[in-house]
Amino acid sequence: MKKRSIIPGFGLTFGVTVTYLSLIVLLPLSLLVWNTASLTFTDFLKAVTSTQVLASYRLTFGASFFAALINAVFGFIAAWTLVRYRFPGRRILDALIDMPFAMPTAVSGIALTTIYASTGWVGSWFDRFGIQSAYSPLGVLIALTFIGLPFVVRTLQPTLEELDKEVEEAAESLGASRFQTFWRVILPSVWPALITGFTLAFARALGEYGSVVFISGNIPFETEITSLMIVAKLEQYDYAGATAISVVMLSVSFVLMLIINLSQYYARRVGR
Amino acid sequence: MSIEVKNITKRFGNFLAIDHVSLKIPDCELVALLGPSGSGKTTLLRIIAGLEDFEPGHDSDILFKDKSVVGNRIAERRIGFVFQHYALFRHQTVFENIAFGLRVRRGPGRLSRAQIKDRVMELIHLVQLDNMQKRYPDQLSGGQRQRVALARALAIEPKFLLLDEPFGALDARVRQNLRRWLRRLHDEIKLTSIFVTHDQEEALELADRVIVMNKGRIEQEGSANDVFHRPKNAFVMDFLGSVNLFHGRVVAGRTVFEESPEGKTTEFFVRPHEIELLPDNPDGNGFPATIRRVQLAGSIAKIELTDHGNKEIFVEMSHEKYSLYHFDVNARVFVVPKKTVIFAEDYSI
Repeated sequence: MKKRSIIPGFGLTFGVTVTYLSLIVLLPLSLLVWNTASLTFTDFLKAVTSTQVLASYRLTFGASFFAALINAVFGFIAAWTLVRYRFPGRRILDALIDMPFAMPTAVSGIALTTIYASTGWVGSWFDRFGIQSAYSPLGVLIALTFIGLPFVVRTLQPTLEELDKEVEEAAESLGASRFQTFWRVILPSVWPALITGFTLAFARALGEYGSVVFISGNIPFETEITSLMIVAKLEQYDYAGATAISVVMLSVSFVLMLIINLSQYYARRVGR
Repeated sequence: MSIEVKNITKRFGNFLAIDHVSLKIPDCELVALLGPSGSGKTTLLRIIAGLEDFEPGHDSDILFKDKSVVGNRIAERRIGFVFQHYALFRHQTVFENIAFGLRVRRGPGRLSRAQIKDRVMELIHLVQLDNMQKRYPDQLSGGQRQRVALARALAIEPKFLLLDEPFGALDARVRQNLRRWLRRLHDEIKLTSIFVTHDQEEALELADRVIVMNKGRIEQEGSANDVFHRPKNAFVMDFLGSVNLFHGRVVAGRTVFEESPEGKTTEFFVRPHEIELLPDNPDGNGFPATIRRVQLAGSIAKIELTDHGNKEIFVEMSHEKYSLYHFDVNARVFVVPKKTVIFAEDYSI
């Protein structure tokens, strides 16, 4: 006899999920691969491994990774503040977190450039220490940090809210210092959520285009991100070259996401 | 080690949670803080633990063995605290949970890895969780989690054990077993312990001494026997078991019950098992009532009656006694209170 699930509707929901994913995600992706296939392998290799493109990979993955890391730390602090303390203006601060979601990325890019340019409010301050913030890899990092923040905060908030105050009191009663309580009790409980937030911020940064192109200055070999390389190829009507880079980008991203998700699954299993 | 609480007051906003409470808990006793929800019992326990502060007031103090601990944090007070919902560390195994207090220890009292292991295994054996050390809290039943919480609290070798509604979240059977087990454990380890409960049966069965609280004040304290058989007021009488309230007068040393109180009457409290039911009343004692329901499943017979004013009366008697009469539903009988209690003051229930 066929084993039936208690919850009805698996066939229907699974069908809808697969169809939906196919139309929205899989079909465009397979077209990418299809388009790339028009290249010979040597051309493909040449397109995706030119020194300019290789430099863009390094910048994109490196800056995205560090931006997500910065967001994991400061996003944690922001989420902690919003969940744990009651202060005037908390709602407003909470709403502010979502702004990077809502703003057109070009607008944030221009705004960030204005502030961080060597004549801008913050940029001039950086300038005094001889640090160039806009039109440098640092600018890319700033833009990617900006757009990634909400992901960490929003994934951590519910988990932090669920944390039982009694558990912290228990740790305290057993003689743990504040730091030990944080390190041994709080952090392990929010670890899976923190990894999820990090992954989302990282993924978002990998694909970012709009905000970065303004602040980076797009200096070849220095501040060009991979999305920009793709757009540049498109502008030269080199569609196959553009899709080739996209395919590489996608494959690497997919593998990275898979690894992070697996590690999260493992953390959840251990951290139950 | 004895605990003394002196003149403690605590407010949450406008709500007076603890109202000038003083109490003394002698060495090695197992004490119950008993009261309805909102009576301040948990707050008092948390104040003793140092998890909650209190209003600084004239001669307010908390003393452990005659030494003030005000301003000391819970860890410095060396208290084993068992939380109502256990508060186990979900990402740690039973072993790691129990070892927590030993692992975070710094300084000269720090134990070696092997010493910690020995101590934890000893505790696991004590709380009868042998072979469960690798389980996670999710994989344990409520009673087992409770025992892990207890072992974890005991690991730091506390001077006192404080338990907040220790059996609150457990089902009746597990609760019974765990209660007896805790009593035996206490007799074995002789640790001054306080537990909070709203269950009078639990308090009476388990504790050496019962402190009955209501509205932030202590209504009565004494041995279980004392508070049950010699309640100081109507609240204690009512809270420690069911009770019938009658109105009447005392005329020439005899109690005369009136079905509807007119003018100045006295309130009489009678426990259900202190009432006799008779088919007739040759002596003119008692008053008539009608039997509404008879419940025989259980160790005693429980009978519900109503009098002329439709007031409910509850009676309990042994099955032997019940079998003498075999009261039928709707039969009319005479209710004869054997032992009545009168309180002088202003309580009403």
